[in-house]
Amino acid sequence: MAHTGGVLGSPGSSEKTDKSDQINQNISSIPTGPEGSVSIALTGSGGSGVMTAGQMLLDASAGAGYQGMMTRSLGPQIRGGEAAAFLRLSAHEVTCPGDGIDILISFDWASTERFSAEIDLGPDSLVLFDPAAGDAPEMILNTGAQLIDLPFKEMIAEIEGGRPNMLALGVVAGLIGLPEDAVLAIVEKALKRKGPKALEASSAGIRAGFGASAAMPATYRLGVGEKAGSRWNISGNEAVGLGALRGGIRFVAAYPITPATEILEWLAPNLEHLGGELVQAEDELASINMAIGGSFGGIPTLTATSGPGLALMLESIGLSVASETPVVVVNVQRGGPSTGIPTKSEQSDLNIALFGLHGDAPHIVTAANSVSDCAFTAQWSVYLAEATQSPAIVLTDQLMGQTRAVVDEPADSGHVAARETAPAGLKDYRRYAVTESGISPMAIPGTAGGEYVADGLEHSPIGRPSSQAEDHLAQLEKRQRKLNQFDYENHWADIEGDGDTAVITWGSCTGPVREACARARAAGIGVRMISLRLLAPMQTGKFNKAMKGVKRALVVEQSHSQQFYRYIRAYFDLPSKVQVCAKPGPLPVRPAEIFEQLKKWS
Amino acid sequence: MQAQDIAKPPVAQAPVALSPKDYKSDYKPIWCPGCGDYSVLSSITRALSELGIRRENAAVISGIGCSSRIPAYTSLYGFHGVHGRALALATGLKLARPELTVLVTGGDGDGFSIGGNHFLHACRRNADLTYVVMDNQVYGMTKGQASPTTASQWEGSKLTPHGTGVSPFQPMAVALAAGANFLARGISSDPKGVAQLIVDAIRHPGFSFVQVLSQCVTYRPEQQEWRTIARPSQKEPTSNIARAGRRILDDDGFTTGVFYVGNRPAYVPPGETDKTMAGIERRFAV
Repeated sequence: MAHTGGVLGSPGSSEKTDKSDQINQNISSIPTGPEGSVSIALTGSGGSGVMTAGQMLLDASAGAGYQGMMTRSLGPQIRGGEAAAFLRLSAHEVTCPGDGIDILISFDWASTERFSAEIDLGPDSLVLFDPAAGDAPEMILNTGAQLIDLPFKEMIAEIEGGRPNMLALGVVAGLIGLPEDAVLAIVEKALKRKGPKALEASSAGIRAGFGASAAMPATYRLGVGEKAGSRWNISGNEAVGLGALRGGIRFVAAYPITPATEILEWLAPNLEHLGGELVQAEDELASINMAIGGSFGGIPTLTATSGPGLALMLESIGLSVASETPVVVVNVQRGGPSTGIPTKSEQSDLNIALFGLHGDAPHIVTAANSVSDCAFTAQWSVYLAEATQSPAIVLTDQLMGQTRAVVDEPADSGHVAARETAPAGLKDYRRYAVTESGISPMAIPGTAGGEYVADGLEHSPIGRPSSQAEDHLAQLEKRQRKLNQFDYENHWADIEGDGDTAVITWGSCTGPVREACARARAAGIGVRMISLRLLAPMQTGKFNKAMKGVKRALVVEQSHSQQFYRYIRAYFDLPSKVQVCAKPGPLPVRPAEIFEQLKKWS
Repeated sequence: MQAQDIAKPPVAQAPVALSPKDYKSDYKPIWCPGCGDYSVLSSITRALSELGIRRENAAVISGIGCSSRIPAYTSLYGFHGVHGRALALATGLKLARPELTVLVTGGDGDGFSIGGNHFLHACRRNADLTYVVMDNQVYGMTKGQASPTTASQWEGSKLTPHGTGVSPFQPMAVALAAGANFLARGISSDPKGVAQLIVDAIRHPGFSFVQVLSQCVTYRPEQQEWRTIARPSQKEPTSNIARAGRRILDDDGFTTGVFYVGNRPAYVPPGETDKTMAGIERRFAV
């Protein structure tokens, strides 16, 4: 075992290969990391290749039968600056970053220090670093982590065209017990186009890394990969795009913004493949209006943005409400207010999504609660928007949006845009007829007899502008009724477990909550999780039913002003014993802190 | 059935014989007696009649302001959206439904002030839209404030009692520089002339801009003199951008007619389906 806080010698060059083989053969006898997973951080300057190495490590793990996820954290620089890849790998499904980092590979201390708040190290953690980078800083030494010096630069200098990130990839892969073949196969796939020379240099680096790992302390190794088929390698942003297409979105207008841009980059070619189209608009005011215009034309449409863009779109989302023209608005949350922290996650756009529209403007707000749920929630939201002829704001965040995960294939839920339209040849068509369900058949341009004017002005049932109290009340009630009466089935929330303690959460906090609840149940503590997918309209009756018998509630969210807690408080009578775990981004909510609270209550 | 086909009706294209009146609704405009916009509304319906466009295949899109009320006064599909965003709304509709004829109507404040950025980019993008701006150099609906095209020394508004001190916006010059494909100016006192400009504008591919001097009798009564100042251009329309630019910049803003007919192809949506959903999904598989 390594010396805590000390520096282990760098591995010698002999015997490396033999030992690594031995480790791979005996993989099942070596204990796995906490909760059966291993958490790894790779930090370096932008361009040092930590993201590439992290991506390849995830892909290699996937190829070897594992599941896992990789989140990215970046400085604000366009190129360069600091970069960190955080991975959590496991033989089982993982839904959130772990409690801390088991293995840190630091390419340089300056970059690493910029992520100090995001890297939780402990005495059991391994820190690999290049001694040429100087002595470890206090933030590392104070954690008591085991330090292992690994002369990346010196070792890589012996390989022509070799890069330190490939060496690091080999070292980590060897440490956690990934088969060398699985890693080499991924590298070959990724570098095929760069020619045999580049491939050989990278492969040599990886082999050297595997060799070096053999002499290192046996710490956290993955168990045996158990999954063989039907796993996907997908990011939350891609999953949103996929769900949108599955739901029937065929027109997208949007303006680039971090961290939502990958949704658009994924959708642009794939919409085209299906005969649809993406337009890059001049700003968010145009994006939302183009989307509404396309939807008026009968095509299911979407725009995607982040906080500042959502703020710009609000007036026109109100137009979607008033004119009853469906549109889906995806908001990938980042730190706010104002420009805030564009590259890092937060759940602080809840208030603006719920309450940002002027006037009494009922609309749908949904939230995805994991990377793969991004696909379901987006697909379902398309269906909801189209069926209710309303705007649906879909909340995700930077953490799940830019996390790439190896997960079970997200199933197609079958929800498809099905707008109630008016047939041709109508006489005396009333676009905004006051119906029992609140939903009125919508005439699509090209339909003879259906000609009407969609209007942001309050209107009479035939769509003429009206300032009469009677029309206003009738239309207000119609628009509210259609959302209140709609059947959201059991998709409004994920409810898991039983017991008189409830953890109530939403969005990407669901990952750590889910894991903490599983730990609590394993420790004999009865706990139920309620993760809300439908935030508006609030399902008061269903929530009260789900909360039946609950004596203690823990509310978990990632905002400074407890936006979620205040919102549910406004709608429900929570039990008298309530704890709120609300902290701002970019610090992730850890399963351990939730589990600690549950233990205290048990 | 593919999801994208669900809400898209089959569209008949054969022209129809309808009178201008058939394109009007029975809804009474909110405009003041003598407003130039009555005449522009008639020019629009006359143009549609001449082109034989089926009512269900045309849409009039607008923002906010006196002239933006036009959609409700037609018997067409229409969208009366938020202030300044008519061009964006219309662009979305046209790109999603290229087979429709899409007209955009509005005023100088809606189009050049709050909607100025969309004006620039609509000209650049060159989608096949016809944009008719009723320019009366004043905000009428909010009761008489200076607009982007108001002369800098106009002291008629309580908001700018010493004049705006700001150079007026030059819509034609800006549109030409930004890439509009058809530029024309008309005056509401000549409804037949304006109707012909709109016919030409609809027929011309790409983004067509028609500025119509449309007097506000309430806040700019002096504009009733416009009919005596305006005169038709004696020159043939040009497709030479430099020549068009010179004509526009040398003009006092009262010459009517077609100034520029460009030959840029209209912006059209990209190609056709070549993959299935299953083909797209396969790429995620480990």
